[in-house]
Amino acid sequence: MTLTASILHWLAAVLLAPLLVGVINRTKAFFGGRRGQPFLQVYHDLFKLMGKGAVYSQTATWIFRFGPMLGLAVVLTALAIVPAGGLRALFVFPGDFVFLAYTLGLMRFFTVLAALDTGSAFEGMGASREMQFALLAEPVLFAGLAVLAAGSGQLSLSGIYNQLWSAGMRPEGAPVLLVALTLLMVLLAENARIPVDDPATHLELTMIHEVMVLDHCGVDLAFIQYGAALKLWLFAALVTGLAIPLRTGQPMVDLVVTIAGIFITAVVVGIVESTMARLRLVRVPQMLVASLALSLAAFFWILR
Amino acid sequence: MAAWTDIFVLGLVLSNFRLLASSRLTVMIETMVLQAFALTAILLTLADRPWPLRLIVLSLVTLAVKGALLPWLLRRTMRAADVRREIEPFIGYNVSILAGIAILGLGFLIVQPLKATVVPGSASLLPGALFTTLTGLLIIVSRRKALAQVVGYLAMENGIYAFGAALVVKEPMLVEMGVLLDVFVAVFVMGITIYQINREFDHIDTDRLSELKD
Repeated sequence: MTLTASILHWLAAVLLAPLLVGVINRTKAFFGGRRGQPFLQVYHDLFKLMGKGAVYSQTATWIFRFGPMLGLAVVLTALAIVPAGGLRALFVFPGDFVFLAYTLGLMRFFTVLAALDTGSAFEGMGASREMQFALLAEPVLFAGLAVLAAGSGQLSLSGIYNQLWSAGMRPEGAPVLLVALTLLMVLLAENARIPVDDPATHLELTMIHEVMVLDHCGVDLAFIQYGAALKLWLFAALVTGLAIPLRTGQPMVDLVVTIAGIFITAVVVGIVESTMARLRLVRVPQMLVASLALSLAAFFWILR
Repeated sequence: MAAWTDIFVLGLVLSNFRLLASSRLTVMIETMVLQAFALTAILLTLADRPWPLRLIVLSLVTLAVKGALLPWLLRRTMRAADVRREIEPFIGYNVSILAGIAILGLGFLIVQPLKATVVPGSASLLPGALFTTLTGLLIIVSRRKALAQVVGYLAMENGIYAFGAALVVKEPMLVEMGVLLDVFVAVFVMGITIYQINREFDHIDTDRLSELKD
């Protein structure tokens, strides 16, 4: 039963992740007073892109083609170790949160390499910004996960999440909520959402993530966009597992609650994007330092 | 109830970081309102149910003074002095946040020997209160605008109040009322002083007051 739920969560992520992006877009449209694109628009876009051929620059090497493929493969792997709420993930081993952080790091590394491979100065700029912010976001992610690991005495994500919000939970509620908040900030930074980066803009000076994938087209672009949606799901699942204090013990009920929670997280992201302005580039490190401060606060809290 | 106390202490801690990171005076004043709510909630969650009448009265008075009256005074002063934001603090915002982390760590360290004397269910209250007090102190010494310093003073007082909250459940309502009155008078006087400084010198930067000559 639990195994079925784990497999179902992975499948749900694979099938519903683009819908998550659709929900964010609709939320933003709602706040903008528009009706917005259909929920399934992202699926249509992906299908359209899958049907298209790709154009490759003559100066680009195999890395350029390899990047999107590897990115998608890596994020699909990473999803298999992310637990849904208190349920076990598909794969569980001690230290798998380090694996999670560095599979995502690998994905970013190859996205950046593929961007640099085109030789465009413009994409190089985006790559450098991406790495700069990733450099600051990664300690936040690790500090947050370290709080959970040290507090619970568990070394696998599933082990950590499994005992949250149950009787005698360690660490207790307040630091867990704090970590949920910092992970939400990491979500915004890692997925190029608004206070850090604006996914809708195509203005040269402001773009970070979008600028790196400008030269990709067709199937490659579909892979990248699908991978981005999956990465969003992954972080949303991490946040939801911390923030929703509901563990019924029924795997199917937990799964449904978690998936609902993931979509609520998407709505929250949409609200954040609608109500906040994009930070100036020089202010972004300040936000990430602040979130590091919060996770360190949580760390002191549990070491108390 | 201990879990709820923890969560509201957490709110207090977060509001302190907001205080350290923000340059806008309106945001700082808003944060004072948030802290008033957090303090009241801490007070109520610490006490045993059913709440005694005097506790309810005390929390209502706290909320009225700290959450409505003082912010109103500060906003009025802000309008009168026509300042919007702290432009050049002595300690920058990033460094302030990092200093905040250090202070928080220090807070948790310092209260280790005090643990035994704390009322049960509020193990995070003392470090939180200490952090609030020291944050207030940091803001007083690191900000240039007199109004920001007043907010720092209020944060400091909030920290002391939170210290008291651990004990207020038992008795000293009179002390708390006294403190509230003190703070009210202090802010009232400061408001007038800031207004006078501003009228006299066209700014409220306290560091430039040392250049006064006769």
